[in-house]
Amino acid sequence: MSATTTQAPVGAATDSAGAAFEPVMIGFTCNWCSYRAADLAGTARIKYPPNVRLIRLMCSGRLDPAFVLKAFAGGADGVMVSGCWPGECHYIEQNIKALRRFVLLRRVIEAMGIEPARLQLVWASAAEGQRFAHEVGRIVEEVRALGPLGWGRDGARPHESIAAVSTAAGPAAVPAEVTA
Amino acid sequence: MSSAQERIGVYVCHCGSNIAATVDVEAVSEWAGEELADRGVVIARNDKFMCSSSGQEVVEKDIAELGLTRVVVAACSPHMHEKTFRGACARAGLNPYLCELVSIREQVSWVHTDREAATAKAKAVIAGGVLRVAEQVPLEPLRVPIHPATLVVGGGIAGISAALEIADAGFAVHLVERQPSIGGHMAQFDKTFPTLDCAACILTPRMVEAGMHKNITLHTWSEVTDVKGYVGNFTVTIKERARYINAELCTGCGICQEKCPIRVQDNVFEAGLGFRKVAYLPFPQAVPKYPVIDGPNCTYFEKGTCKACEKFCPTDAIDFTQVDKDVVVEVGNIVLATGFELFDARRIEQYGYGRLPNVFTSLEFERMSNAAGPTNGRIVLRDGVTEPKTVGIVHCVGSRDRNYNAYCSAICCMQSLKFAHLVGEHTDATIYNFYIDIRAGGKAYDEFYQRVLEEGTIFVRGRVAEVTDTLRLPAEAADEGRLMIQVEDTLAGKQRRIPVDMVVLSAGLEPPADAKETARLFGISCSSDGWVIERHPKLDPVATMTDGVFAAGCALGPRDIPASVSNGAAAAARILGRIQQKEMALEPVRASVDEARCSGCRICNDLCPYNAIIFHADRMVTEVNPALCQGCGTCIPACPAGAISGTGFSDAQILSQIEGLLMVSASGQLREVVPA
Repeated sequence: MSATTTQAPVGAATDSAGAAFEPVMIGFTCNWCSYRAADLAGTARIKYPPNVRLIRLMCSGRLDPAFVLKAFAGGADGVMVSGCWPGECHYIEQNIKALRRFVLLRRVIEAMGIEPARLQLVWASAAEGQRFAHEVGRIVEEVRALGPLGWGRDGARPHESIAAVSTAAGPAAVPAEVTA
Repeated sequence: MSSAQERIGVYVCHCGSNIAATVDVEAVSEWAGEELADRGVVIARNDKFMCSSSGQEVVEKDIAELGLTRVVVAACSPHMHEKTFRGACARAGLNPYLCELVSIREQVSWVHTDREAATAKAKAVIAGGVLRVAEQVPLEPLRVPIHPATLVVGGGIAGISAALEIADAGFAVHLVERQPSIGGHMAQFDKTFPTLDCAACILTPRMVEAGMHKNITLHTWSEVTDVKGYVGNFTVTIKERARYINAELCTGCGICQEKCPIRVQDNVFEAGLGFRKVAYLPFPQAVPKYPVIDGPNCTYFEKGTCKACEKFCPTDAIDFTQVDKDVVVEVGNIVLATGFELFDARRIEQYGYGRLPNVFTSLEFERMSNAAGPTNGRIVLRDGVTEPKTVGIVHCVGSRDRNYNAYCSAICCMQSLKFAHLVGEHTDATIYNFYIDIRAGGKAYDEFYQRVLEEGTIFVRGRVAEVTDTLRLPAEAADEGRLMIQVEDTLAGKQRRIPVDMVVLSAGLEPPADAKETARLFGISCSSDGWVIERHPKLDPVATMTDGVFAAGCALGPRDIPASVSNGAAAAARILGRIQQKEMALEPVRASVDEARCSGCRICNDLCPYNAIIFHADRMVTEVNPALCQGCGTCIPACPAGAISGTGFSDAQILSQIEGLLMVSASGQLREVVPA
């Protein structure tokens, strides 16, 4: 797959304006705890870096590993997964299933040549706006230090395999043992 | 891609200056109109307040005139106004689930400072919404029947109020209370601020009313042990502990209590200040009137003999063969009114509670000043006879203190003022109040403060450093045997040592020790302090995040009696509305299995905590029961065949949203999207 980029890739070391590297990240939050933590951070006007763009799922258990791979393939430099604390899941224990998938997915991305630290898991209760903001800041800095992933952009990395995984096969691409 | 055929309207809100101060709203809406035109955007507008009726009318008009098939509103959190804009779409004839609200306020303008970066993020968030909404499909809300009965957990004044409101409207209530009697903390008090109403006089009629009400089933000496189901249809298991008293036969005469030979310290109702029998009613006006026999302390259970109560009971109501029993009830809604516990003043060692006998807690003082309490209402030192000549009342014990609880316990100022008044009423003592600030914000509260000031109570502004019985200065020799309060008088600007005979610690309010377990049991969230989190702190203060579970009174945080009563009534009003509708609409977020693609591998079968996934062995396929499914979506990614899909949060929607979010670089430039 040859992606033609006519404009600056998200993950380029400098964009066309020549500014310093600003990672672009996707954050998956659950409807009940972490998305509300993000809302609370907002209501309390707690500041954090603007690099993470959030997607609301009903539960962190909904996170399909393919979503993460799609984000990396689409140019994200990092992905944050966030849910309720273990034992506090709105759906009783589904965040534990997210945890299992997360642990395996980190190995999978590592095997693909992506630094595991580009995929991060944060537990945040609906009361933890401060923690949410702090963790976003921490993760952004970690990913910034890793530099751009640039996958699927400029051929710097063997992006064919990941693109194939995330798009052609869809959710079925993830081995059953990862999710079961 | 379907987006080409969709006609999408994008509406960007200024929210006054809430969004516009940080995000260039006009540039964003102009950008969306131009750059997202090939993704189906036919109109992009911005408005000062999209949620205003004129803002909503714009959306409605565009749907009608431009034939919009999808709507994206970029404004506040969907938890705030999703309903509003879905309503606008519905009024204009568009399926409300074809509207997507993306947050550029809570998640952009309020948390970022760099205008350029915030504007770039707002563009990305809108692009995500536009691509996602194109994949949305029209949905119909799920309608679930509402069981007309309600469970109220906690029989304090908040729970009683909720139960009575619902019962008076003609619907069944199960009122569960852990203690032998309903009444809660209010039953322990003597007077209530600021009116000095006798607590028992105003509470006990409500207790009796609840106890006698044909629609209220009391489950006292009971606890909820299991909750299954969802809004409208909860199945609740209540463990009714053995009372060893046959309620059918008991007349409440009290002879068992009188004849029981064992006395134990009453750490619950009398706050440790008094004693009770092992066969006991916590207080004379208890509801229900049946006593309980406290098994672990009972001689019969310990040694196999005694049975004094059984011998003397005139109606043969004593039944030592009783065992705990589980009662299962069906309810449609739940009110949690689980109240508070007093901060354990022993934790602040320098105040000497538990070590210095004449240091009392507020609850001990409440019992002492109560005419029906252990001292018959006399304010006396721990020896039970000596009246104090000087009393020091210490505010903010365990509250407004980052070592213990950072929050204000809300009631302690008024409670301390009440104590000052009561000490003055019962004794000739000199009274000191040691306070940080006086918080007397309620109706007629400040007037009460003025009254207590005029009564001659001395107010010293400063946090007490120490309460000690060790004398330090030669001049203190005369105060041998008294207590010394060391405090910085911040108004006089000096350290003071004030000798007193009695110290009352106005201890703060804390969530019950098992608040976290309670939250888990009912599937709700608690703040880090342990108080129940409201659905919205201002606009939805008695609902929780979990549909069908409401909260009232101090379960939500420290509050006074009027607020607790209002909470109970408010929760009842919310529930009654639902009961009267007989059914309610739920978000149609559910998983479903495409049987044609299901291989019957059963990988998903064990993933559902609600047992909503059923395997049909005959057909070798799995099915999701939509009545049990809660829509978490965990089973969807688990399916190796991709046979499970989820409405509202489908793979197509989320994958498209990811694509959209990544369309914009950190500096706000449009990137060529990699063909997916």
